[in-house]
Amino acid sequence: MNSDRSGARALTGHRLFWPVVVLVVLLAANTIYRPGFLSVQLRDGHLYGSVVDIVRLSAPLILVALGMTLVIATGGIDLSVGSICAISGAIACLYISRQPDQNSLGGVLTALALALGVALVLGAWNGVLVAVIGIQPIIATLILMVAGRGLAQLVTEGQILTINSEPYKAIGVGHLLTLPLAIVIALAVALLIAAVTRRTALGLIVESVGGNARASRLAGIRSARITFLVYVISAACAAVAGFMMTANVSSADGNAAGLWVELDAILAVVIGGTSLAGGRFSLGGTILGALLIQTLTTTVYAMNISPQTSLLFKAVVVIAVCLVQAPGFRARFVRRRAPAVAAVTAGEQPKEQVPA
Amino acid sequence: MKRMRDHLPSRRIIAVLAAALLATGTAACGNSDTGDGGGKDDGKITLGFSQVGAESGWRTANTTSIKESAAAAGVDLKFDDAQQKQENQIKAIRNFIQQKVDVIAFSPVVESGWDTVLKEAKDAKIPVILTDRSVDSADKSLYKTFLGSDFVKEGRLAGEWLVEQKKGATGPVNIVELQGTTGSAPANDRKKGFAEAIAANPNLKIIASQSGDFTRAGGKQVMEQFLKANPKIDVLFAHNDDMGLGALEAITAAGKVPGKDITIITVDAVKDGMQALADGRFNFIAECSPLLGPQLMDLAKKVHNGEEVPARIETQETTFTQEQAKAALPERKY
Repeated sequence: MNSDRSGARALTGHRLFWPVVVLVVLLAANTIYRPGFLSVQLRDGHLYGSVVDIVRLSAPLILVALGMTLVIATGGIDLSVGSICAISGAIACLYISRQPDQNSLGGVLTALALALGVALVLGAWNGVLVAVIGIQPIIATLILMVAGRGLAQLVTEGQILTINSEPYKAIGVGHLLTLPLAIVIALAVALLIAAVTRRTALGLIVESVGGNARASRLAGIRSARITFLVYVISAACAAVAGFMMTANVSSADGNAAGLWVELDAILAVVIGGTSLAGGRFSLGGTILGALLIQTLTTTVYAMNISPQTSLLFKAVVVIAVCLVQAPGFRARFVRRRAPAVAAVTAGEQPKEQVPA
Repeated sequence: MKRMRDHLPSRRIIAVLAAALLATGTAACGNSDTGDGGGKDDGKITLGFSQVGAESGWRTANTTSIKESAAAAGVDLKFDDAQQKQENQIKAIRNFIQQKVDVIAFSPVVESGWDTVLKEAKDAKIPVILTDRSVDSADKSLYKTFLGSDFVKEGRLAGEWLVEQKKGATGPVNIVELQGTTGSAPANDRKKGFAEAIAANPNLKIIASQSGDFTRAGGKQVMEQFLKANPKIDVLFAHNDDMGLGALEAITAAGKVPGKDITIITVDAVKDGMQALADGRFNFIAECSPLLGPQLMDLAKKVHNGEEVPARIETQETTFTQEQAKAALPERKY
């Protein structure tokens, strides 16, 4: 009985317990509203259903948020990811639109390489500003956030650039083994990042830089180099996300592609339990956070919540997630209901603390 | 020594920020064609025009139309691109006042906050014409006229066409609506006009209505859920072509044929939309024309000569069916 209770507490105390609960509640609410919500059919050789949509549409956000996770783990922040999405998508689409045969795989791959190259340069620019020159990350990346949107519009000449390229379109809406290709790519990137950070010392080093950059440097870690690296990784993730966003609609819209995605990404990272102060990160949590945000958006459409109230609805859910995740809030709530348990919870609090 | 080193980074920051500011400054200058001083009395009218920006194909077509018709009408045009910022636009209007242009025209980025600068123009006795978007100033004497589309009418034309098409419908006709950006004038007005028109036939019913933010990605994402939540959708009304184009992909992915299984009505008539209409994937488009250049030049001449003009002038617009789109497509500029 006693071990049961402590087991349950370990479960509810897990930093991802509450986001999972909210995700399940959202899915349950959708199913109650429309019993077929969770059903997935096989159509034209691939999976089809609202849940598949959620997974597919969350792929770009997962990518951006993964890059953001590493940046935030070093105690930084990258506001420029939305603009980088727009720029990379615009460059890829522009290059493809100039090809005599838009369906040629070689042309598409060149376009992707070109756009990815530009994104890496932009990431390096962020990295230099933060790691070498020492500008505050929020300011350094704000420059590209604002200027980058202009760059993207410059590339598309202020127009929406429509392309007709099957290989490129596949990145956004294609399928691999019945699964949406976009989510396969996102998960592959996630596994790659997980392998590089968690199977080597890199993750630990990133966390150590986020914990205390100066102490890490004195301990022999090249802090500046690590900081530089995470901004480049973040830009690369954003570039691939930009390909997905533009491929999804076969057109590059410099003005709208990736707009505000940086804020969603930061939210996903925070919901996933990564500390905004840096020093620790959770890739799995970030993916869960991104799925939660996309589920929220899809819920608004699926339940036909009026556009005027949808923002409020989203805000309420997000506040609920953040509050319920905060140990301080939970402890207060529990104490009010059952004073006897409170002492125990309060005593254990430091161990379970989740920065929200 | 230590203090010196501590100072270094901050100086670098300032240098970088200054460089960044300089860069944006030059970019802004590069975009405005406000060259040598205007207002010379050579019989030619000088028109100062401040554009919102270049945020869409529609806007670019609008700019081209104004530039071309100014050249054709012999109007000396001073064109300024506000890059979607009100402060740039106010600055541009003040510049026009200083240069003593004959007429000022502009598409306001936002509705409010224009009283002061418009009063300055009025004091300088320079008439002002609003194009495409209006301002919410209580004092209507601050500008001569507002030339632009009637969004309510666009929605109504779309609705009336549908009522005509579904005249013989005996059962209910399920309509889904993709709204523009929540709270924007075109979204509110097109929704209103459409709802008014379809009220004529009680069989026509809007079963779902969501904002797709005027973007293709938004239109697609919303339509995907509409299709899953509602097994029977007969009609889609999208507040602009782009959302309709995004919805096309969702409809195709759901195994339905756009234009046949689902009747699609949109507003705008940009080139991609017209192409979809000519291909039979859209069914009807109510035009929202950006080509208001010739009307604007005409008005500029009239107000310069002190003629009375109506306070509200509608852009000349039409509607397109699939046949009309095929005929009009080759000459479509935007």
